[in-house]
Amino acid sequence: MSSEPAVRAEGLVKTFGDVRALDGVDLTVEVGQVVALLGPNGAGKTTIVRILATLLKATEGTATVAGFDVRTQANSVRRSIGLTGQYAAVDEYLTGRENLRMFGDLYHLTPAYVKERSAELLEGFELTHAADRPVRTYSGGMRRRLDLASSLIAKPSILFLDEPTTGLDPRSRLGLWEVMKELVREGTTVLLTTQYLEEADQLANDVVVIDHGRVIAHGTSEQLKDQIGGDRLEIVVADPAQIDEAKKALSTVFSGDALVEDNKISAPVTGGSTVLVDAVRALDAHGIPVADIALRRPTLDDVFLSLTGHAAEEEKADPNAPVSGRRRGGRR
Amino acid sequence: MSAPVQMSRPIWGWTVHDGLVVARRNIIQSFRIPEALFFSLVQPVIFVLLFAYVFGGAIPIPGAEGGAAPDANAYRNYLMPGIFGQTVAFAAAASTVGLAEDMQKGLIDRFRALPMSPPAVLLGRTLADALRQILVLTVLSITGYIVGWRISDGIPNAILAYLLLLLFAYTVAWIGAWIGLSVPNTETANTAGLIWLFPLTFLSNAFVPITALPSWLQAFAAFNPISSLVLATRELFGNPTGIQPDYWPLQNPILYTILSCMVLIAIFAPLAVRKYRSSAGK
Repeated sequence: MSSEPAVRAEGLVKTFGDVRALDGVDLTVEVGQVVALLGPNGAGKTTIVRILATLLKATEGTATVAGFDVRTQANSVRRSIGLTGQYAAVDEYLTGRENLRMFGDLYHLTPAYVKERSAELLEGFELTHAADRPVRTYSGGMRRRLDLASSLIAKPSILFLDEPTTGLDPRSRLGLWEVMKELVREGTTVLLTTQYLEEADQLANDVVVIDHGRVIAHGTSEQLKDQIGGDRLEIVVADPAQIDEAKKALSTVFSGDALVEDNKISAPVTGGSTVLVDAVRALDAHGIPVADIALRRPTLDDVFLSLTGHAAEEEKADPNAPVSGRRRGGRR
Repeated sequence: MSAPVQMSRPIWGWTVHDGLVVARRNIIQSFRIPEALFFSLVQPVIFVLLFAYVFGGAIPIPGAEGGAAPDANAYRNYLMPGIFGQTVAFAAAASTVGLAEDMQKGLIDRFRALPMSPPAVLLGRTLADALRQILVLTVLSITGYIVGWRISDGIPNAILAYLLLLLFAYTVAWIGAWIGLSVPNTETANTAGLIWLFPLTFLSNAFVPITALPSWLQAFAAFNPISSLVLATRELFGNPTGIQPDYWPLQNPILYTILSCMVLIAIFAPLAVRKYRSSAGK
């Protein structure tokens, strides 16, 4: 492929009745890049992916995927992409191997290739031991891995992952991240949506922050963090009664307003790790014992909070929410 | 690992190829839920036993041997094609529920994002649901034989009767598919998939002679394709038919059944495919 980006979307607008789910989204994903769409539930992330995966037609705007127009060349787009949605979309009653065979057949791959590729994917995703068991018997993490394997059967050049780890336990999530990092190393272009800031931080080299159907920030996660200021110093004093004294003692070390919470003080600082030494000295000089002290880079949580004025995960996904969410955006 | 190797296009085309892939999946699926398969077989069997032993002695078949007096054996021979007709009609509910489930689980989205032929998912589903009726009809026929039902007009006609029943099952599966793609969730699918089938099967000659219905219902029942299907199978199996009112569909039941299946598929298949294409595409 030439310099044509893997994904290019311009001015995407999508309305559902009176609701403006997307309000003019521009997005570019270069070949080989991993871009995370980050935002809370209902921000419009899934809608963007559904439009790019040809499942939904944009009300306004244009988009190309692998150089093909999603509206007029849908089948060519479908041949170039793999899609893993929010809910492991595999057949419960078929075995893992039968699922892969079905999807391989539907990509019109030769039976010999499907067989070889399935074995390779099952191995790579640590599903070989369960390959001939119905998916019904799989754990949540295994289902997601099979779902991802199903998207990869035809070796798509572009992969859409819509909240690939939502609802998984932390251990399964880590496992899935490893698999995704491996794909990225192999050069697959990935567009990922997530409401987990850590996930974007871990996987993506470019983060697009979405809120209320608009792109509100865009950059590497480092750039986004710099955008809201540098490091923060966090100090936990041993005796909560000394908290005000400690704050006063440290006023020359801090470069901005300090936040005080119980026995913890947190404040922006400049000057890297030398501030740690300065802070410890200042507290020592005043005879204030320290329980904990740390220099912290801002997380994407901080970024989100400062960009939108609300936390990213305020609507914590409950088990029923995804279904109703999908149907609201997805049906009728 | 080598690059993906594409199949060359089969002579019957991608739509049939993809449809068969999906049909295979749906057939495997029905054998993986043995409980569901078991109950789908038990239900019609219970109907046979209930009707044969409860109503059997109460409903007279006009024109049957023994005249106007109720004759349990004549009724059982009259009844079985009615049960066959009712059973294949209810096959539609499986398509409704199956597609609503695929939709809710996100499988339809996945299929729609594949470079496959759009009607194939529905083609495969309707085909599998109709083929499953072969098993159901076999079990029903054996049960019928036990309670005294007989095929008495030769094997070729009996085969034709079974083929008509399967054609009808395939036809209503398309109606069921359209309903399944139209309802918002599986809970609704469970009722919406069945509710239209009750009036359709009971306002017919499946269990009682049309002449026993009030006259304003007779016209509806006469044009109800289930009536022509049941009457056609009664004739082809050599079972008592009762006396038919003078309506064209009942004078030409085989032809009318085939015609109405073709018309219904011509209406509901495009409707279902359109629903499928836009199922998430609002």
